[in-house]
Amino acid sequence: MRQDGVLAEYDPGDLFCEMLRPGQPPHPALSQLCDRLRHLPIDALRRRAADAERDLLERGITFTVYSDATAIDRILPFDLIPRVITAEEWHTLEAGVIQRVRALNLFLHDVYHERKILADGVVPRELILGNAAYCQAMIGFDPPCGTYVHVCGTDIIRDDAGRFMVLEDNARTPSGVAYVVENRHMTLRVLSDLMAGLHVRGVDEYGLRLHRAMTEIAPAGLSDPQVVLLSPGIFNSAYFEHVFLAREMGVPLVEGEDLLVENDRVWMRTTAGLAPVHTIYRRLNDDFLDPDVFRPDSHLGVRGLMEAWRRGAVSIANAVGTGVADDKAVYAYMPRIIRYYLGEDAILPNVDTRICAEAEGLAYTLAHLHELVVKPVAESGGYGLLIGPHASKAELAEFRDRLKADPANYISQPMIQLSVSPTLCDAGVKARHIDLRPFAVTGRDTWVLPGGLTRVALRPGSLVVNSSQGGGSKDTWVLA
Amino acid sequence: MSETVSASKHLIARHAGSALWLARYMERIENLARLLDVTKTFAGDAEGGRNWLSLLRINGDQAAFFAKHAAPEAASVAQFYLLDAENPTSVRTSIRYARENARTLRALISTEMWLQINVLHGAICGLSVADIEPEELSGVCAVLKEGVQAHTGITEGTLYRDQCWHFYMMGRHLERADQITRLIDTKFNALLPPAATDAAIDAGEWNALLRAAAGYHAYRREYPHGYVPREVAGFLLLNTTFPRSAGLSLAQLDWHLTTLRSRYNLRGCTPAMGRLDNLQSMLSSQTVDDILGRGLSPFLDWMQRELGALHEDIMTGLCGG
Repeated sequence: MRQDGVLAEYDPGDLFCEMLRPGQPPHPALSQLCDRLRHLPIDALRRRAADAERDLLERGITFTVYSDATAIDRILPFDLIPRVITAEEWHTLEAGVIQRVRALNLFLHDVYHERKILADGVVPRELILGNAAYCQAMIGFDPPCGTYVHVCGTDIIRDDAGRFMVLEDNARTPSGVAYVVENRHMTLRVLSDLMAGLHVRGVDEYGLRLHRAMTEIAPAGLSDPQVVLLSPGIFNSAYFEHVFLAREMGVPLVEGEDLLVENDRVWMRTTAGLAPVHTIYRRLNDDFLDPDVFRPDSHLGVRGLMEAWRRGAVSIANAVGTGVADDKAVYAYMPRIIRYYLGEDAILPNVDTRICAEAEGLAYTLAHLHELVVKPVAESGGYGLLIGPHASKAELAEFRDRLKADPANYISQPMIQLSVSPTLCDAGVKARHIDLRPFAVTGRDTWVLPGGLTRVALRPGSLVVNSSQGGGSKDTWVLA
Repeated sequence: MSETVSASKHLIARHAGSALWLARYMERIENLARLLDVTKTFAGDAEGGRNWLSLLRINGDQAAFFAKHAAPEAASVAQFYLLDAENPTSVRTSIRYARENARTLRALISTEMWLQINVLHGAICGLSVADIEPEELSGVCAVLKEGVQAHTGITEGTLYRDQCWHFYMMGRHLERADQITRLIDTKFNALLPPAATDAAIDAGEWNALLRAAAGYHAYRREYPHGYVPREVAGFLLLNTTFPRSAGLSLAQLDWHLTTLRSRYNLRGCTPAMGRLDNLQSMLSSQTVDDILGRGLSPFLDWMQRELGALHEDIMTGLCGG
């Protein structure tokens, strides 16, 4: 029986710890939380973690792993020790996310209409018009409220100095919000004493806000528009989240076969016959949405949906063709895109990114190759990534040649040591790297769910927080 | 009077079908657990093999069973019905489909319902050969029965009674009506001595039959003088105070269809209502003596076919096919 407190042997070293906050003035709520953790025996935490794990299993809160044919359901591991964001930090994060979503929507409207930003040479023409995610069917189309990105998940990291920066925008169909709410419920079930009196902001509003946004974007003139959530079905990895969102919004959870387009309108097949549908929150990728326009072999989508949308008979969230805004190469231009449309500097900086298509960026990247991460930006990205500090001399030399041969295909970034949070591991409470994905909902205006999904890399030293690679999640507490 | 029903609360046709199937699969588990338990209890004598065989006949599973096993006895039949994932009538298969339908309906059913089905699914999938050895069988059957009864209770207390509930309840009553006709059919053929409808028959067998249908004590109270085959048949088929009688299940189906038709204005109910009307009048216009006189078995076969067709009417008319 170990009576040591949770933080007794915890040592984050030189990394920025979200709990201990080295070098920052003490924060009363954080100090109180640390105090509670010091008085909580580690074995008591383990017992509660076991309760939480059993609870998750029984509730079937799982995601699907396609690679394992025998057991398709896995639990996303939940770490009980929360990640805390102070009110001041959240103020900045929230403003930064709202600013980014505004810029993304203005950018998308522009590239599908006048293309001023391309004409002005701020973003290279070819990068957008030649992009695989650029959707011809969207040209000249005006989505209600000018909103393309109704739900945005912004991946944010924090470096070893505690600076927040954006790693990636997810403007297509970002997932993970169900875990935000379920993680909170789990905390309240098994660890509510840790939270008592700390004035942590609630997360239960999400479904209401999302439904309101879906109502706002519905075709005009309807008093009570019918919203549905379109899912690929029960075997999709995010089905649990689709269920969660349909329940929280109180709307039908439909699949492609439940919908049809007839007489230029969209209908759902109900027990009473066909009933009209006005807004579709789709959790289906662009490619599968309408076999008439995209993949003809898709059985998941609805034939004629794009045409009905273009005629204004139905609204779809997120809009099609938003992938052109969250592309790796376009990401590098986001600070300039924000300045171009809003006349403001980005509140949340990008990771310091060099664009090798530009002479200056290429020269810097070549000079600092051994300390940079260099990423190809082509659609088939992910392959051919160079992690300078881990590469051999020969690999660096070879990469240098490849980079010089096709500089426009690359961006470079410094290696970032992500911030850490105390995390319960087999060997005790250890420092593990984390990130943050706040969720922004936009109809007429943008609202950001306080906090977001904190993902944690459960393997020692790992910077990969993805659930498929041994990542877990934490409850995210935004202090009021 | 009743609250007006919001016309905007539509039910996706596919979901209506899932609700109906969910109830059917859960009912099947309880039915099978009852049959296994009763057969085990009363199969201890020399006639044991015949009892296990009659269980296979209820489900029409003789061919599938003998393709895998040599003789019907406690261990092989239990394995066939509890563990065999390839057997479409096994508990294992039923809970898998029940859970799949529950998952499809996850946004409509209560969290408690989902949680309990999920846990029961885990328990059933975790059963091993050692867990279902003959001396353990009763205990396993008790767990299964209680599992489904817990499901039934949670559903009663938590499932919102809109359209989805009506479809769920129709599934339950379709399954119960079907199961009781199968039970009567098989057992009566086995129990009735040739050319002697009212002759004295082994009380233990009647006992088992009524227990399998959860009707033993009710029957004793209704007919304290002893077992008379025509009374047992009448009780199981026509007595509308007995929860699993065919007559009560049909009456319940009638009420659900009528409610769906009138309150939710579902025009697709009409073919099913017509067929059910016919089925009910065929049952209620006859005494048990009429039925026995014309032949019990052909009548039960006809009922099973009509119940199957009724299920199809509901699926086609209301659940998108």
